[in-house]
Amino acid sequence: MERIGERLRNSTPPASVFIIFIVVWEVLVRALNIPRFLLPPPTAILNAFFDTSTVIFESAFYTLRSALIGFAVGCGAGIMVAFATARWVTIREGVMPLAIAVNSVPIIAFAPLMNSWFGSTNPLSKVAIVALITFFPTMINTVRGLTLVEPAKIELLHSYATSQLEVLLKARIPNALPYMFNAFKVCSTLSLIGAIVSEYFGGPRQSLGVYILQEAQLFRFTNAWAAIAIAALQGMGFYLIILLIERRLIPWHVSLER
Amino acid sequence: MAVVSITNVNKVFGSGNRPQTVALKDINLEIQPREFISLIGPSGCGKSTLLRTIGDLIPPSSGEVLVNGKPAHAARLNREYGMVFQSPVLFEWRTVLGNVELPLEIMRVPKPERTQRAREMLRLVELHGFERHYPWQLSGGMQQRVAIARALSFRPQLLLMDEPFGALDEITRERMNAELLRIWQETQTTVVFVTHSIPEAVFLSTRVVVMSARPGRITDIIEIDLGYPRTVETREMPRFFELVTQVREALRKGEDMRER
Amino acid sequence: MAAWELAKLLLQLDKRTLPHLWEIAGAFGTPSRRGGPPLAATLVEAALFTLRGAFFGFAIGALIGFVLGTIFAHVRILEQSLVPYVVASQTVPILAIAPMVVVWLRGSWWSVPLIAAYLTFFPVTINTLRGMKSPDPRAVELMRSYAASSWEVLWKLRFPASLPAIFAALKVAATSSVVGAIIAELPAGMQRGLGGAILNFNQYYITGPERLWAAILAAAIVGILFFVGVSLVERVVLRNIVRSA
Repeated sequence: MERIGERLRNSTPPASVFIIFIVVWEVLVRALNIPRFLLPPPTAILNAFFDTSTVIFESAFYTLRSALIGFAVGCGAGIMVAFATARWVTIREGVMPLAIAVNSVPIIAFAPLMNSWFGSTNPLSKVAIVALITFFPTMINTVRGLTLVEPAKIELLHSYATSQLEVLLKARIPNALPYMFNAFKVCSTLSLIGAIVSEYFGGPRQSLGVYILQEAQLFRFTNAWAAIAIAALQGMGFYLIILLIERRLIPWHVSLER
Repeated sequence: MAVVSITNVNKVFGSGNRPQTVALKDINLEIQPREFISLIGPSGCGKSTLLRTIGDLIPPSSGEVLVNGKPAHAARLNREYGMVFQSPVLFEWRTVLGNVELPLEIMRVPKPERTQRAREMLRLVELHGFERHYPWQLSGGMQQRVAIARALSFRPQLLLMDEPFGALDEITRERMNAELLRIWQETQTTVVFVTHSIPEAVFLSTRVVVMSARPGRITDIIEIDLGYPRTVETREMPRFFELVTQVREALRKGEDMRER
Repeated sequence: MAAWELAKLLLQLDKRTLPHLWEIAGAFGTPSRRGGPPLAATLVEAALFTLRGAFFGFAIGALIGFVLGTIFAHVRILEQSLVPYVVASQTVPILAIAPMVVVWLRGSWWSVPLIAAYLTFFPVTINTLRGMKSPDPRAVELMRSYAASSWEVLWKLRFPASLPAIFAALKVAATSSVVGAIIAELPAGMQRGLGGAILNFNQYYITGPERLWAAILAAAIVGILFFVGVSLVERVVLRNIVRSA
């Protein structure tokens, strides 16, 4: 009980800010007569959402699927390459600066190219971009986690004549998990951004990016806002799921951060 | 047979065009079973390096280190010593019990025996009841006791300790000293103990090895004839003060020799 | 580069999939329109256009982020009630709002720096907050023992202590502000920037794939240059601070 009470207390300031924010938004838009095309009130967005829910849900599902598959592929590949990179010092010295440089490339610029390769209505073109975007942060963070182990831990394991494999299993991987989850949290958001934005460069009609762009250009702004709201909910949901898995999997780390 | 036998060991750090430092120069030392040896000296005298050459964590540049009659390398592969560092070096993702079980896990001790032995060791360091705690929930002194339990869990005949109580406050340190002596007598191990506290070295040891810096070498070895068991009263005995003074003077003499 | 040509050779990729490197290099020299300047000149102009938007946004976002982070570090109630929102706002795929921003500003150039600024302010805010709170409490006590004012504590202790964290954020922001600038050009239909160039050459991809490649390459170079630029400033500013990892 005490813990629930504490949680409530901790979440009161943010929750009240949210409610105040929504109410002020609604009241201001109505009181100041702000035209719909600039900013519709929350109730109008909710209405638009119910009116167009089939299209929005279909689009949202399509985009979310690209994001999730891309996330899985990108992060999976990032982790695998990281293990190979962390294992051999010579590879690491060659690959890491390159990876950090490539990580600063606006990968989204490759979206039209992927559309030409795979076809703009082929989900693969979006998956490829999301995978590329999520690959580098995951790889860089995993390498850091695998290599930045407290030297005394390694020395201790050496004093037991521990094999390389067991050093990896007992020290490097547990050490890398918090780093990896940090990357996953960043990538959960990046994957949705990547999917939506690469749809701006062309995609099937029933996808969030194309839908938002099209409704905005047709001046149906409440529809666009409804789609944006869904995208926002997906982003937060994805992030929260990663957060929950992190709590489950590495409780020691979460408690350390407090 | 000596547990540790060090003959003509030298260690030089740095190579190529970087300036070289002589960390150890002509070290000779024999440690008998059931001895408690302290290595004491100013910073940079190579006492930690000497400990690590015994543990085969740093190879000597020349000379020979034998542990139980075998080269140190073979002894390490044979897991013949336990190591305790200045910081507890606990794995934060493991519980207290999991940390003590770690070496047993690596040595492929079956699970039931492993848990039983780890619990036994935690009782020895008086931490029973804390098995399910994570390291961050313990105080510094308790964490160091976990590290000692871990080092003893596989019953090595030799315990290497690198300033294990250096980060603790004086009160906790004296309590830990008494506990370490009790554990040492119960487990019948040989201990090599690095410290820079003179009273600590005198209180614990059968012999105190005094070292001096640049180059790191042994300048004196002092027998501590206080007898066991040692208690709080031991620290107040005149003989205790005499020995403390003797070690202090040996340390100062080592420094003077360097200046000349 | 060798891998590039090797992949092309082995997989029998045609020009549409992967042009030869020299074809891309050659594309820089040929005009994209008949009688126009060479592509390289066009792209440099586009890159400067995009970089200007990205840089303006970066500067504004960094300033706002720094001020916000500093305020949060000092006013606990604001930190508790607003920081969760700042964090939540980032889980929102923010670039989804880009078309609306363009509508708000009626397609004016300012939508580019605005979006770039939005992407910049978040990491800077969070890291400034963290950095400002990083000094050892004993160091704060030491300053208090000298009867230093809060203002002095801020400038002589908290600000220098937060610099490494702030630069870490700026490096992340350098990249995302370029992404933001490119994306902001799309719904606005701005032709002069790299986003416009990419969209434009994408339409002629079948006849001239090397031009799209050249435009993408230009975008990549802008991203890396901005990142390297920030890293260099970091190195100069932090030259006396021991780098941790």
